[in-house]
Amino acid sequence: MSCTRKPALIALAMAALFTQSVFAQESPTLKKIKDSGTIALGHRESSIPFSYYDDKQQVVGYSQELMLKVVDAVKAELKLPALAVKLTPVTSQNRIPLVQNGTVDIECGSTTNNAERGRQVAFSNTIFIIGTRLMTKKESGIKDFPDLAGKNVVTTAGTTSERLIRKMNEDKKLAMNIISAKDHGESFLTLETGRAVAFMMDDALLYGELAKAKRPADWAVVGTPQSFEAYGCMMRKDDPGFKKVVDTALAKAMTSGEAEAIYKKWFTQPIPPKGLNLNFPISDAMLKLYKAPNDKAFE
Amino acid sequence: MSYQWNWSIFSSPVPTGETTYLGWMLSGLQTTVTLSLCAWVMALALGSLMGVLRTVPNKWLSGLAAAYVEVFRNIPLLVQLFIWYFVLPELLPFGLGDAFKQQLNPLTQQFLSAMVCLGFFTSARVCEQVRAGINSLPRGQKNAGLALGFTLPQTYRHVLLPMAFRLVVPPLTSEFLNIFKNSAVCSTIGLLELAAQGRQLVDYTAQPYESFIAVTLLYVLINVVVMSLMRVVETKTRVPGYMGSK
Amino acid sequence: MNYDFDWSSIPGALPFLWDGMKISLEITVTAVIFGIVWGTLLAMLRLSPVKPLAWFAAGYVNLFRSIPLVMVLLWFFLIVPQLLRSFFNLDPNTDVRLTSAMIGFALFESAYYSEIIRAGIQSVPKGQVAAASALGMSYSQAMRLVVLPQAFRNMVPLLLTQAIVLFQDTSLVYMSALADFFGAAYKVGDRDGRLVELLLFAGAVYFVLCFTLSQVVRRLQKRMATV
Repeated sequence: MSCTRKPALIALAMAALFTQSVFAQESPTLKKIKDSGTIALGHRESSIPFSYYDDKQQVVGYSQELMLKVVDAVKAELKLPALAVKLTPVTSQNRIPLVQNGTVDIECGSTTNNAERGRQVAFSNTIFIIGTRLMTKKESGIKDFPDLAGKNVVTTAGTTSERLIRKMNEDKKLAMNIISAKDHGESFLTLETGRAVAFMMDDALLYGELAKAKRPADWAVVGTPQSFEAYGCMMRKDDPGFKKVVDTALAKAMTSGEAEAIYKKWFTQPIPPKGLNLNFPISDAMLKLYKAPNDKAFE
Repeated sequence: MSYQWNWSIFSSPVPTGETTYLGWMLSGLQTTVTLSLCAWVMALALGSLMGVLRTVPNKWLSGLAAAYVEVFRNIPLLVQLFIWYFVLPELLPFGLGDAFKQQLNPLTQQFLSAMVCLGFFTSARVCEQVRAGINSLPRGQKNAGLALGFTLPQTYRHVLLPMAFRLVVPPLTSEFLNIFKNSAVCSTIGLLELAAQGRQLVDYTAQPYESFIAVTLLYVLINVVVMSLMRVVETKTRVPGYMGSK
Repeated sequence: MNYDFDWSSIPGALPFLWDGMKISLEITVTAVIFGIVWGTLLAMLRLSPVKPLAWFAAGYVNLFRSIPLVMVLLWFFLIVPQLLRSFFNLDPNTDVRLTSAMIGFALFESAYYSEIIRAGIQSVPKGQVAAASALGMSYSQAMRLVVLPQAFRNMVPLLLTQAIVLFQDTSLVYMSALADFFGAAYKVGDRDGRLVELLLFAGAVYFVLCFTLSQVVRRLQKRMATV
């Protein structure tokens, strides 16, 4: 009995999903922005220092500033200086559907550009390159991945780090206990409360978690990077017109040196909420990216 | 909008290669069922004990049971879960918390926290049903038991409880169903039950709608199976002469 | 006990937490009102002699009662914005997250309310309907003027108790990044690395509120019972 309404619900949902494909040919997103006079931005809530709330509940961060550069470019393109900006927080679970269904037009946070996601959404020029490493307590004696054998290790669910460490555990028979926490905050809490001896994640985000730590000096980021990944901004697929505006804006910020200034502001100077300096010097890969912006995934 | 449906995703292997995405879903289903059943046993035992205590003449005991119910009924399940998993181990004395966090396998920790949380949460509701069941019995039954020379515990054991339990089977059925649904909240502490496996599938494959549809249908399936089972139990335990008996 | 507490992040966060509480209350109030109205309709449909209507109501109630609230909210969060926009030609940039949470809760809770109300209606002796129709009232008149007023009187405590449960359940919207009271508390705790303190604080606030309300309901129940 209870199953009878299911098909109807799905049909309703699908009808809703397809109603949007009737937009104009050139750039549906630009048309939508122009018609509504508003650009909808997707941001993260606690991806420090990329996109997060500061202590006044304002969205700040490296990716957020780059996204605002994109907004400026859209304003210029559409000749709409008074374009309104609407911010919507997204989670790692709902960010793809929200981009697809038009709730947000662009999301710049800490989203890795990869092939599976590439089937559902488009990615802009890469905005950041990270390596996946470990955070441990300085006194723990853990220096690299082989030291983790038989230990509890935490990582955030749904990330590339989770896949890598699970695979490593299988391949090398390290007998680790892997905890997949819901978000970075929970992962770090798991590490900080001693449930796990190490937290595997994108190095930049690991430095970001330090900004929340009770005693930042106790923690260190260690280990050989297990992979390199490219973060990009997500947009709807099949909209080359909009992607071009976004890519051009990002490329201009990178080649003009603006992006490097933004990098320095967020990674080598004190940042909110606690005024901690992450001391994360710029990598060669990032310098190379700034010289030659591109939208290639690392895989 | 441009959504690429791909139902064959369930038969493709997961990144670590040991199973398919369907295998993940089924292992999530298994965890949901095991967790709910374990928590239900706990809730039934604790809830019955507290339900009896709420009806005894001793003011202290019934007050204690009432306080128990208020605590577990007036804090949201989600908050209780976070407190059991994240807060309690920090507060335990004598290094017990550290022992729990460091000696036990983390997956066992998640399972135990979730089970204890669901167990206590549901036991408060079971307690209220059992109390209502006992109170609905004619007062004469208790007096008759006592007059026959039974002690109070004997009266409960041989007269009141056998009757009360049969009366509360229907309301307990709905609590039993609730425990399966409530277990979905446990994905928030990282326990890989059904809802969490669904989320994991979204993270790995970027196919949200297939995953949500499959998870929803599996919950409906659990519900249908449990409801049919409980219908049998209800028929078997029905008390002739009461409302609901045909 | 080896944990050193630091409650200092709470005072500064109070305005933000209060904003969250307002969202929780807004969702609760909307869902209660809509849930009772739609729930009453569903209950009447379910008891109606027209079979397809009764089946529809039963199917609706059973469907919503067999899916976890978390999944319902997830669905509504993804689908309702689409529907609202296509049906009402809404500006695509309107923030409909709160609306979709409200609609999700309202539709979900109405299934539970309808069961309470159905039991309430059935608790009114059948003779009253017969008496009403003997007086020349139609079915709907009998319902509206005779059965429902009595049924609601019996149900008020149960409906209020369900409202308290609903208020607690609103904490689940934090999963869709909507900053309700719990979501706000979690965010502050996460930002300052003080999750333990904020979770305990949130638990205490919920307890005080819900406990007080449930005592009020109990008193009401006693007063109504003596009349």
